[in-house]
Amino acid sequence: MTTVDTFSEGRSLRRIREDRTPSAAIGYSDPPKGAAEKAARANDGKPRRPRSVSGVALLPFLLPVTLVLLWQAGSSFGFISDRIMPSPVAVVAAFWERLLSGELARDVGVSGARALSGLLIGGSIGFLLGIANGVSKLSEQLTDTTLQMLRTIPHLAMIPLVILWFGIGEEAKLFLTSLGVLFPIYLNTYHGVKNVDRDLIEMGRIYGMSGWSLFRKVIFPGALPSIFVGLRYALGIMWLTLIVSETIAANSGIGYMANTAREFMMTDVVVLALVIYAVLGKLADVIARTLERAALSWNPAYQR
Amino acid sequence: MPVGPYQSPLAFISDAELDAHHAAQPVDYQAAPQPAGLKLRGVEKRFGDNLVLRGLDLDVPAGQFLAIVGKSGCGKSTLLRLLVGLDEPTGGRIEFVDEEGEAAEPNSRIVFQEPRLLPWFSVADNVAVGLGDGVPKAFGRREAERALKGVQLSEKSKEWPSKLSGGQRQRVALARALVSRPGLLALDEPLGALDALTRIGMQDLVTNVWRELGFTAVLVTHDVAEAVHLADRVIVLDEGRISLDLEIPRDQPRRHGDPVLAELEGSLLDTILGKA
Repeated sequence: MTTVDTFSEGRSLRRIREDRTPSAAIGYSDPPKGAAEKAARANDGKPRRPRSVSGVALLPFLLPVTLVLLWQAGSSFGFISDRIMPSPVAVVAAFWERLLSGELARDVGVSGARALSGLLIGGSIGFLLGIANGVSKLSEQLTDTTLQMLRTIPHLAMIPLVILWFGIGEEAKLFLTSLGVLFPIYLNTYHGVKNVDRDLIEMGRIYGMSGWSLFRKVIFPGALPSIFVGLRYALGIMWLTLIVSETIAANSGIGYMANTAREFMMTDVVVLALVIYAVLGKLADVIARTLERAALSWNPAYQR
Repeated sequence: MPVGPYQSPLAFISDAELDAHHAAQPVDYQAAPQPAGLKLRGVEKRFGDNLVLRGLDLDVPAGQFLAIVGKSGCGKSTLLRLLVGLDEPTGGRIEFVDEEGEAAEPNSRIVFQEPRLLPWFSVADNVAVGLGDGVPKAFGRREAERALKGVQLSEKSKEWPSKLSGGQRQRVALARALVSRPGLLALDEPLGALDALTRIGMQDLVTNVWRELGFTAVLVTHDVAEAVHLADRVIVLDEGRISLDLEIPRDQPRRHGDPVLAELEGSLLDTILGKA
């Protein structure tokens, strides 16, 4: 009796195993695998690491570090006026001072909470609408055109109206941030659901999935890569909206900190606010990316 | 003839966990598969003005391995979709019968040309999909492992489908179809996308599981050699009608290159190409 393991299958199994050997992992992929590995071990019995790994890892930081050094040198030698631009050292000093006084933690905390609640509210609405319109024809016909129309209005253009509605309190910021993140999440969720492989959905139905189980096992995971794109896009809009709304009117938060500093010509604090925004933005993106990697580990594009 | 290392996904062991489960939830997952026979009477399928199937009459006894061949566009895939209930016929009726000829409710499954695995589920979880919803996790996992053993892929159960070769993916799809012990297995060119050698291995596997599990198999293929090698009976579909109905008088397993089969293959090809 012939067994299934014809040698063609056997060969592909072997190929997969070979791909996992350390020699392949560090980039030797030429045929005489054994030889390459032997050469790699020749030094002191350990596989040799490519020499340039640390250099490559540091390369992206070369430019910003050089710029900061030039900036500091320009300030120190008096080429750049303190009124125009504080020196990096002054920014660090301002950071330290505000950290010790506890103002910084409070302002960052307030801004962070605003950003997060806006994301949560707007994101949930966008997500639910995206799912509903992706799954249900009726819901799509009811709301999609309206949403597509509203989407084209720059949400920051609503500021005058929002101030009239909510004054300058928390509601105004929450409303603007929610509105800003709603659309990218809606669009990408909707797009993701619409583009789930029809064949997989048919397969799911054949195997008795319907409603919730079809959603959980097929539609949601299929839409997830697109949803993550929407999330990362929304994070950018979230910070942008928050900065603008905090700068216009606020009595706490990073934008408030920067605006107050402007009135007193404290350029170091203004720049500090910019740096904090940059760090928070990057942090949010890193978190989103980590989540993405964890959730999409099945996808070859996200493996390793 | 021994059936080799194949282990039936039906060969349940009744260990304590399973017994406890069955006591708590009296669903008979272990019901022996009932091969479902088919009775087609004047089956017709129309897409708009296009009449794809023109009044088919066909009897398939339970447990038979039937192959349907024909040129592309002859309606063979349409017929298969009707048999597993993916589409409704626009005329005539399809009945399912058990071995005694009594009307029966079939448990039918289909394997497509593409494996249609869920890329976000592990191989074992993909197979467990075949058991349907509401099956206890531990039970599902064990059944999946068993079915994977049946298609000789045990060692891949925790991999993502993207890590598998085309032949291996199709074996997972087959395990998923078999794990629920279907009475009728429809195969829609399941080996069409595989290379020649992988194909031969898969053909033997299909023969083995069919002999072991005793379901009714309906294979749609454009490969006449494959049809003759696997099936008890081959029908040729031409413009929505059966133009030839041929028994294959050879016991399984069959040898590749058997002269009798080669001759049948030749005459089938002549019929299909209109040279006869």
